[in-house]
Amino acid sequence: MAFEVKKPGLATTVQDLGRPGYYHLGIPLSGAMDQEALIAANLLVGNDAGAAGLELVFMGPELVFRDDALVAVTGAELPPKVDGAPQPTWTTFTVKAGQTLSFDYLRKGARAYLAIAGGIDVPVVLGSRSTYALGALGGFQGRKLAAGDVLPVGAPQRQVPAGRSLHVSLRRNGLEDPAVLRMLPGLYWHRITEAAQGGFFADTWKVAPEADRIGYRFKGGNPLEFVPREPPFGAGSDPSNIVDACYPYGSIQVPGGTEPIVLHRDAVSGGGYFMLGTVISADMDLIAQLQPHKPVKFVPVEMEEALEARAERKAEIDKIKAALA
Amino acid sequence: MATRYSYGGDEHIFVEVDEEMSLDAFFKSLSITKAVRESQIKGVAEVCPANASFQVKFDPDVIKPADMLAELKKLEDQAAHSEAVIDTRIIEVPVFYEDPWTHETLMRFRERHQDPNSTDLAYTARINGYASNEELVRAHSGAPWFVSMVGFVAGLPFLYQMVERARQIESPKYLRPRTDTPKLTVGHGGCFGAIYSVRGAGGYQMFGITPMPIYDPKQETPYLRDFMVLFRPGDIVKYRSIDRDAYDAAIADVEAHKFYPTMRDVRFALDEFKTDPGAYTGKLEDLLHGV
Repeated sequence: MAFEVKKPGLATTVQDLGRPGYYHLGIPLSGAMDQEALIAANLLVGNDAGAAGLELVFMGPELVFRDDALVAVTGAELPPKVDGAPQPTWTTFTVKAGQTLSFDYLRKGARAYLAIAGGIDVPVVLGSRSTYALGALGGFQGRKLAAGDVLPVGAPQRQVPAGRSLHVSLRRNGLEDPAVLRMLPGLYWHRITEAAQGGFFADTWKVAPEADRIGYRFKGGNPLEFVPREPPFGAGSDPSNIVDACYPYGSIQVPGGTEPIVLHRDAVSGGGYFMLGTVISADMDLIAQLQPHKPVKFVPVEMEEALEARAERKAEIDKIKAALA
Repeated sequence: MATRYSYGGDEHIFVEVDEEMSLDAFFKSLSITKAVRESQIKGVAEVCPANASFQVKFDPDVIKPADMLAELKKLEDQAAHSEAVIDTRIIEVPVFYEDPWTHETLMRFRERHQDPNSTDLAYTARINGYASNEELVRAHSGAPWFVSMVGFVAGLPFLYQMVERARQIESPKYLRPRTDTPKLTVGHGGCFGAIYSVRGAGGYQMFGITPMPIYDPKQETPYLRDFMVLFRPGDIVKYRSIDRDAYDAAIADVEAHKFYPTMRDVRFALDEFKTDPGAYTGKLEDLLHGV
């Protein structure tokens, strides 16, 4: 089984649930930025939760199928079409050999996930099929898709009918306005003044155009004021510099104190900018669905609340698994 | 040195061994991370050593954050009593200083530099008190460097010069980062060296380029067939200045899959190094060249 890429879309990549274990050598997790959406898409078509699918960003691709395939599209509201005929999202449908799967314009969210029964069968590299484009690793030839690429699809593992749907209550693709990202203050939080700490939460930030799998940049808040210091040896003279250290996934760095960057699944693993805290694990998937210019508020939480949110999210995914078992 | 612990969200613990860089802080970080790996604590997902700090990623569904923190503090106490001795490798890295490719790039981003009328190397030589570019190159390639961290992007080594602090080369990063850096650029920022493993953005001063692959996701390079990343924290690097002919010859060998770096296993003892850095690194270099 295979399909051919007629038009690649904006930044379409092969992703599974990621490649843990190599961050200490600078190779990040990668994998679907909205993990819940990819899991739902996979389970809908009868794949294992961690099969490889396509992550579609802002603008979908045009794909010509060489064999009949059962597919599902979840995540952002990016309406699929088969030979021009509209198809439902969060629902399985069939694409027949020779037919073209394309997408209407984006209605909501930022990243949609396409699962194909059997999963995309690119080689497993360091335990994962995910694309890490910065390192030219994994996925399809280590890069985003291009016109003319032919991607192999595995053999379907289970027979699942077309028209199988995930109940609306279990679909997550809406975001509040402004969107709320909960974070645990910490790391180098003490480097900014109390007034700046308060201001960071009081300000409404907007997603900047520089928002990708490596990190999301935010604009529009007030510059952060630093606590004066003698620069430690090796850190550099800018008040936002630190001796180069590891960056947690979800950590919020603010180079020069002006524009916060939240690192995501293709994170640079370390560097010399201070971080003021970390977005909690439960809210990482939400970032995947933020469009440029979307207003965002950062809200501080304690560890206990972060763990409760994590448990709630796990329960949510368990419900999806139960519904599609 | 005062160790500082902080949670990085609900999945990471960040440990700053010291706010400033030193070999003592680096060795302490390296020995605690080694202890964490060997301890087999359930729930540990990733252990990432950095220059003077480290990070542990863990699964809070398996081990509570507070329990993970307590385990790390225990290991820190044990590590404080361990000897700073490591078995490691010394690896020679040939460098074509002031090469045409980094030169073209640094000219392209000149308006982002502190000194638009100079080159990165000439600027660094001047602010560090060297009389000429050649003198800086001699200092840069004279003493070995520790790989104190691997990261930023896949396989990129951060390097710390093994000389007394007063003699360490220091330079600021670009005023605004470049959007382009040639692959295998040998750079410098703050007190750290770096070898850019992939082409991409960067803020370090660019001194030259090495023909020697250090990251190969296709694993066609003979010495990267077992694993695609060459460097590990704790490796020792010795630069060797080469000219255009030697660079071209090395590239031809790389393309024919016939290039092998010169490297030797060595034992490094921090106390002996600190007693007489010059003599100690001289011995390491003799070892590298089989004297």
